[in-house]
Amino acid sequence: MRYVIIGAGPAGVVAAETLRKQDPKGEVILIGDEPEPAYSRMAIPYLLAEHIDERGTYLRHATDHFENLGIRQIHEKVTAVDGTGHTLTLQSGESINFDRLLIASGSRPVAPPIPGLDQPGVHHCWTLADARYIADYAKAGSKVVLMGAGFIGSIIMEALVERHVELTVLEMGDRMVPRMMDQTAGNLIKHWCIDHGVNVRTSTRVMEVKPDDTGIARLTLECEAAKPIQADLVVVATGVRPETRYLENSGVQIRQGVVVNDYLQTTLPDIYAAGDVCEALEWGTGNHAVHAIQPVAAETGRVAAMNMTGSNTLYAGSLQMNILDSIGLISTSYGQWQGVENGESSELLDEARFRYIKLQFEADRLVGAITLGMTEHVGVLRGLIQSRTRLGRWKEHLMKDPSRIMEAYLGATHSA
Amino acid sequence: MMRSLTISPDKCTGCLQCEMACSYENEGVFNPVKSRIKVFVFEQEGRHVPYTCTQCADAWCQNACPTEAIQINAQTGAKEVNEGLCVGCKVCTIACPFGTVNYNQATGKVIKCDLCGGDPACAKACPTQAITYQDANWTGYDKMRSWADKTNTQATAQA
Repeated sequence: MRYVIIGAGPAGVVAAETLRKQDPKGEVILIGDEPEPAYSRMAIPYLLAEHIDERGTYLRHATDHFENLGIRQIHEKVTAVDGTGHTLTLQSGESINFDRLLIASGSRPVAPPIPGLDQPGVHHCWTLADARYIADYAKAGSKVVLMGAGFIGSIIMEALVERHVELTVLEMGDRMVPRMMDQTAGNLIKHWCIDHGVNVRTSTRVMEVKPDDTGIARLTLECEAAKPIQADLVVVATGVRPETRYLENSGVQIRQGVVVNDYLQTTLPDIYAAGDVCEALEWGTGNHAVHAIQPVAAETGRVAAMNMTGSNTLYAGSLQMNILDSIGLISTSYGQWQGVENGESSELLDEARFRYIKLQFEADRLVGAITLGMTEHVGVLRGLIQSRTRLGRWKEHLMKDPSRIMEAYLGATHSA
Repeated sequence: MMRSLTISPDKCTGCLQCEMACSYENEGVFNPVKSRIKVFVFEQEGRHVPYTCTQCADAWCQNACPTEAIQINAQTGAKEVNEGLCVGCKVCTIACPFGTVNYNQATGKVIKCDLCGGDPACAKACPTQAITYQDANWTGYDKMRSWADKTNTQATAQA
């Protein structure tokens, strides 16, 4: 049996290891399109902040890890997949046959249609190669504009602050991290960042990026209804999208991502998908969604590999969860943090101390949450949501004081 | 024989010796805030519940870590944080459904119970045997694990 995996990120690596464990004799080929050993994009901000070196981003640290497991690695781009023919094509023109294929090609960064984003000095922050480029230009005192204050942008922001650049953050939305945080939390994060010396401008639209003609900086950003901004480096973090371009004629169904069933199988029986690229069942809602987060990558990588080796492992669905550190202010969001129809919510806000917790309930079950300034026991929120624990009388306590979440958890699950 | 921490809340008097011992053993200071075991107080019921990591067999924190920074101590079975590899991304803290991995802002790393390398200070400090360190097959883990199984995205991933 020959298993081929496209993508050497967390989903692909966990899948390769799981395949080896489940099928010791199978042939496992892991294809990634970057020259480096398999690494974690999530670690890039810590590389930029100089907390770690490049090796610190590697997913596995033993240099012979994959060789020891008999996993063959190919560092090349896949340009096409013929699903029914069970073959794929590499950039070199070489074809590779497969018995089972895992699509784990992750996401790619996307830029808005603004003129001038394709010139030197404007860069995404997605790969190790990008990180090296940014490190060269984001020196202490240099003028850096970060476009986008979503989750990824906000993490990069932290790294750029640690590089002591003169930083301006531009976000089209009306608050920071709009897809992870509500108005209250998103604005508190914005004010926290401004208080910590970052020039954050929300509801700001860039119209064009041009070479700067004053000699002060490399580039000028023309903004709608605002003064132009000069920059030596523009980092574009305006969103990511599943990398499915090479799958156009593969035969697998693609909507937002590669559509998979409850076993992470695509519309072709020998092809599976995992990680950022897959559009899988969302936990708790019955919808299908792309959840480009690390825990989901690891979980789907494992479940897909189990099923590729003939196990019947049901994927229970991905729960949205995020944690963000904005210059020391830690925020989390879980599940249906926007609330549900006929649900109830409770919140506690201490603006002066940048502390906030908001819980969303459906009957006496927790279905979503947002926290700000909380680092102790946050995981219990996941536990309560995914165990569907009936809170009983603890629901009323939490409606009055949502900060008593840990007591509620112990009270509802460990009562004598 | 693999041993594990067994907690009997009915024996806990809320003296917090375990928190002091944990903090001193691991952080060098007597400061309950830095303890990896926490005693929760249910005032109306007069009940105290010590709570820490149960060292899950298939650990959520370990599976979620993007940099291989949570590793198993072969002697004790404890899931330990390798500070050299931890980048401080905190994903394990939201992935652990028990809430027993926490972020330490002072060090920029996560902290969790590591069973003190096989001689847990909390159990030694407990004057009422509310916390003991004994044969893993014997403990109340089953209760925790059955609850973990309900948290089902990972459980179904086990063959």
